[in-house]
Amino acid sequence: MLEQLEKIRQEFTERIKEADNAAEVEKLRVAYMGKKGALTAVLRGMGSLSPEERPKIGQKANEIRDYMESTIASRTRELKEKELEAKLASETIDVTMPGTKRRVGGLHPLNQVIDEMKNVFIGMGYEIADGPEVEYDYYNFEALNIPEGHPARDTQDTFYITEKILLRTQTSSVQIRVMENKKPPIKIICPGKVYRSDSVDATHSPIFHQLEGLVVDKGVTMGDLKGTLEIYAKSMFGSDVKVRFRPHHFPFTEPSAEVDVSCWTCKGKGCSMCKGEGYIEVLGCGMVHPEVLRRCGIDPEVYSGFAFGIGIERTAMARFGVTDMREFFENDVRFLKQF
Amino acid sequence: MKAPLKWLISYTDIEIESKEDILGLASDMTMSGTKVEGIENKADEISKVVVGKCLELYPHENSDHLVICKMLVGSDTVLQIVTGAPNARVGAYIPVALDGATLTNGLKIKKGKLRGEVSEGMICSFEELGLDYEDYPGGIDDGVIILQDLEDFKDMSEEELNQLVGRDIMEVLGADESVIEFEVTSNRPDCFSITGLAREAAVTLNRKYIAPEIVVKEEGDEEAKSRISVRIEDPDLCSRYIARVVTDVKIGPSPKWMRDRLQQAGIRAINNIVDITNYVMLEFGHPMHAFDRRFVRGDEIIVRRAKDGETMMTLDGIERVFDSSTLVIADKEGPIAVAGVMGGENSGVMDDTREVVFEAALFNPVSVRMTAKKLGMRTESSSRFEKGLNAVNCAMAMERAAQIVEMLGAGKVLKGTVDCYPVPYEEKKVPFNVEKINELLGTDISRDRMVEILTSLEFKVFDDHVVPPHFRPDVVCLADISEEIARFHGYNNIESRLLTGCETTLGRKNRRQTISDMIRNYAKGIGYYEALTFSFESPSVFDMLNLPKESPLRNAFVISNPLGEDFSVMRTSMAPSMLKILSLNHARRNESVSVFEISYVYEKQEDENELPNHKELLSLAAYGDMSFFDIKGDVEALLDSLKIKDYSFAACKDEPYMHPGMCAKVFINGREAGVIGRVHPKVCDNFECPENTYLAFVELEPVIEAAVLIPTYKELPKFPAVSRDLAIVVDKEVPANEVEKVIKQRGGKVLEELVLFDFYDGPQVPKGKKSLAYSLTFRDNEKTLTDEDVNKVMSKILNGLNTILGAEIRN
Repeated sequence: MLEQLEKIRQEFTERIKEADNAAEVEKLRVAYMGKKGALTAVLRGMGSLSPEERPKIGQKANEIRDYMESTIASRTRELKEKELEAKLASETIDVTMPGTKRRVGGLHPLNQVIDEMKNVFIGMGYEIADGPEVEYDYYNFEALNIPEGHPARDTQDTFYITEKILLRTQTSSVQIRVMENKKPPIKIICPGKVYRSDSVDATHSPIFHQLEGLVVDKGVTMGDLKGTLEIYAKSMFGSDVKVRFRPHHFPFTEPSAEVDVSCWTCKGKGCSMCKGEGYIEVLGCGMVHPEVLRRCGIDPEVYSGFAFGIGIERTAMARFGVTDMREFFENDVRFLKQF
Repeated sequence: MKAPLKWLISYTDIEIESKEDILGLASDMTMSGTKVEGIENKADEISKVVVGKCLELYPHENSDHLVICKMLVGSDTVLQIVTGAPNARVGAYIPVALDGATLTNGLKIKKGKLRGEVSEGMICSFEELGLDYEDYPGGIDDGVIILQDLEDFKDMSEEELNQLVGRDIMEVLGADESVIEFEVTSNRPDCFSITGLAREAAVTLNRKYIAPEIVVKEEGDEEAKSRISVRIEDPDLCSRYIARVVTDVKIGPSPKWMRDRLQQAGIRAINNIVDITNYVMLEFGHPMHAFDRRFVRGDEIIVRRAKDGETMMTLDGIERVFDSSTLVIADKEGPIAVAGVMGGENSGVMDDTREVVFEAALFNPVSVRMTAKKLGMRTESSSRFEKGLNAVNCAMAMERAAQIVEMLGAGKVLKGTVDCYPVPYEEKKVPFNVEKINELLGTDISRDRMVEILTSLEFKVFDDHVVPPHFRPDVVCLADISEEIARFHGYNNIESRLLTGCETTLGRKNRRQTISDMIRNYAKGIGYYEALTFSFESPSVFDMLNLPKESPLRNAFVISNPLGEDFSVMRTSMAPSMLKILSLNHARRNESVSVFEISYVYEKQEDENELPNHKELLSLAAYGDMSFFDIKGDVEALLDSLKIKDYSFAACKDEPYMHPGMCAKVFINGREAGVIGRVHPKVCDNFECPENTYLAFVELEPVIEAAVLIPTYKELPKFPAVSRDLAIVVDKEVPANEVEKVIKQRGGKVLEELVLFDFYDGPQVPKGKKSLAYSLTFRDNEKTLTDEDVNKVMSKILNGLNTILGAEIRN
């Protein structure tokens, strides 16, 4: 009897090794441990054994049953693992084929520059102001110390609608509107479109963009103007650029300055970007002219302020290496996609 | 303003010894406010070109137009040069480009062979040296330079000319001067002159300014006033008029040094008298004029407003018609010059002029500017007058001119001036307050240093005020004084600070700016590129848009002086701008394009003197593989992203530029807020856009109003949802939003969601009908819905659809 059991065990061990799918394993289970299975038959025949043999054989039979159960379980696990592996292998794809892209657009390069400037100045406590593009002569010129007949009018060839209404030539017009409506402390920037009667070419456009800044408070000095614009220049052009202030003239600021930044391409050595000068002019600025303050109802004896104007196209051209301004306004998507 | 360097520093004790000195001067001037735009020296381009003497000349054997010259270029160096120059001759002194020489435009000269004959260099013309033959009297343009043929060399002896052999030609011609070009700002008329720039340079480099010494001898007894009188009729436009008379005038070329300086400063030499007026204008910044006294009829100069319709031919040969806004210089008969702008053709200096009246006058800057603008002739003279000159300098200019006349022996200066001076120059006082200046600049500059700076600028300094010199009309208030101090203290020596004493402010975008940026970023996220377009356009776009004659969109702001028809009206619709973008991209074969822009259109107000209503719009434009529902979905998604709940669409058949069957008006909070649609095929044709072109416009104002930036949290549902599908057949004309309205109304608050998932109008449904299939989701927040509950609602919905819209369930 014991021999018979041992034989069953050996036979089972052989056969389970050959079973290579779940169905065959199940078949084996039924063949040995099912109702009519070989082991079951042995167990059923236990009744005919002597009482001395019974416990021995019983123990052996139980041992073999346990063995079979655990072998079947592990074989099943093994086979499942294999099956999964095979499934995964069959599902393999060429991951280097292109992805299914979602359509993504982009923001206009000039607006990207404006957005960045806004962030710089918002961080320094500036609000963003707006003003009309079709504007009264008064706000664009007169209130800015540029009366009729002033030669500065010639440098800004103006589009007129009527004698008194024009397309603003500078965002500085917003300075006046802000000062008329808000009491100091004033700290604003105003990005926007401006218009000048320049024919279209690689560096001129009848419509372009400026960002104006204005600060008015008690005790504002030219040192504050310098500190502010140095931070601006370094955050836009790199923390290692050198910033220099050059005296200049604007009718609505006094003292006035132009600001140059050391060329970020050649680090000031002189290259085609800076036309060999080592510096690139980036903005105009100055202390608000006392007459301008007075005209807006702000007492220049009590308050002082500074203002600055930044050309967006110039900044963007220098930043991205665009050489023809016309491309900004053509809106060819192959151009727009690059930014 | 172009300033020849030697001329400039001749009024200072500045010494320039090297290129570095020139660059140093340029950079210092830039930093003190007179920006250097460039430094030019014609000789820099040219190297190894020397004076040679032609010893022998004989024909080239293999050529009928080439000759061979033996050129002496040093004490005993003779070069063989093959040339085609027609004017080369034995004994001529000619510039020779040696082996390795550089000519203008970087042309290199190398020893070589020409038709078998060795040529060891090249003989040169003016053009090859980058010079203009017209600047050298006696010079020609179709041959080489022959020194002894030039006016300036023709009197030299052979011995003197031999001394020149081997010397640098640019130096010999006096063409080796460095010329600095300064950018002069409009507030500094004084710097539109060599003396003015010299003054700035001297203060900048901390050196001395040396004013030219002016002495007029006035030999003889006759007085100017015996020959001419002056009358100013309009002192508001002319506050001073000085005349001097020069007799025994000998018209001829000016000396070489003077012609060189004029030419270097960009003014062509004409003759000695005209050159003197120009030279003094450059030197002192005050324009002058010279009349031939023969043509001052009645011997009287009258400064007056022109009579309407009066005419005169100006020096440029154009007949001008004046009105009473023009100030003219007239004689008894009529105008002889446009004051401060240009002289008359018939009263100017000619070759046979024997007697001259010099004019130095002070005209009203605004009047000169307006006249020059009106007549379309901006001149060296008018551009100086319009910046504001002064009466003191005016007199100095006249004296200087008289001095130079005597110096050059160009004529006899009669005694005295005729000086009509109705509005005398008054010195002005400008407040001076050391503390306030330091407060404005954020500096701590001592009074002594300030006084030093101002004194060197020729300001008279008193306790609490200063008196600026006559040539500084720009200085009128304390801020102006501050700038002078800051300029010479050095802008870059002012310590930077960051509004340390000032109140802290909150930096941020307001609601409108925030929402606008959210829209931009969302549009980018769903595949649109942001565009930027011009806000003016051609009025022809109205027809291209199919707009009817009475369309309010035709009522645009018209620019009175546009760059051209194409840029002449302010846009009233964004459609043309958007269609032009699509058209350009289509022409360039970009396959599918989606762009957006947030910008203004301009609505005219009833009152002409009112500014237009700037209306801000979001515009979407696209073509490619898409349908109406793609662009509609994009608009819906944009509104959803801003948490706007109440928006709807209604069919619109009468938008002139849209497809009448594929266009909808957008409503936000019940208010019309935009339009979306497929572009009308005719309009697509007009703009050369592809057929499948879509536009959407949404006004920003209602969007900003309706957007929810801070949403309120709603608890997530606790009870399960039940889904049911509903397919109905209904008349084709019944719009889907009507069906949805009924479903929502009948579904009540347990109807959580409603999605159209199928639309069909093919042969499976009766003619004139369509089938719509919806997926409905029901949920009750209080309990789990039973089948029975849902069935009840479903039959309410079906009933409603049936009775209100005549819809049937589709089997």
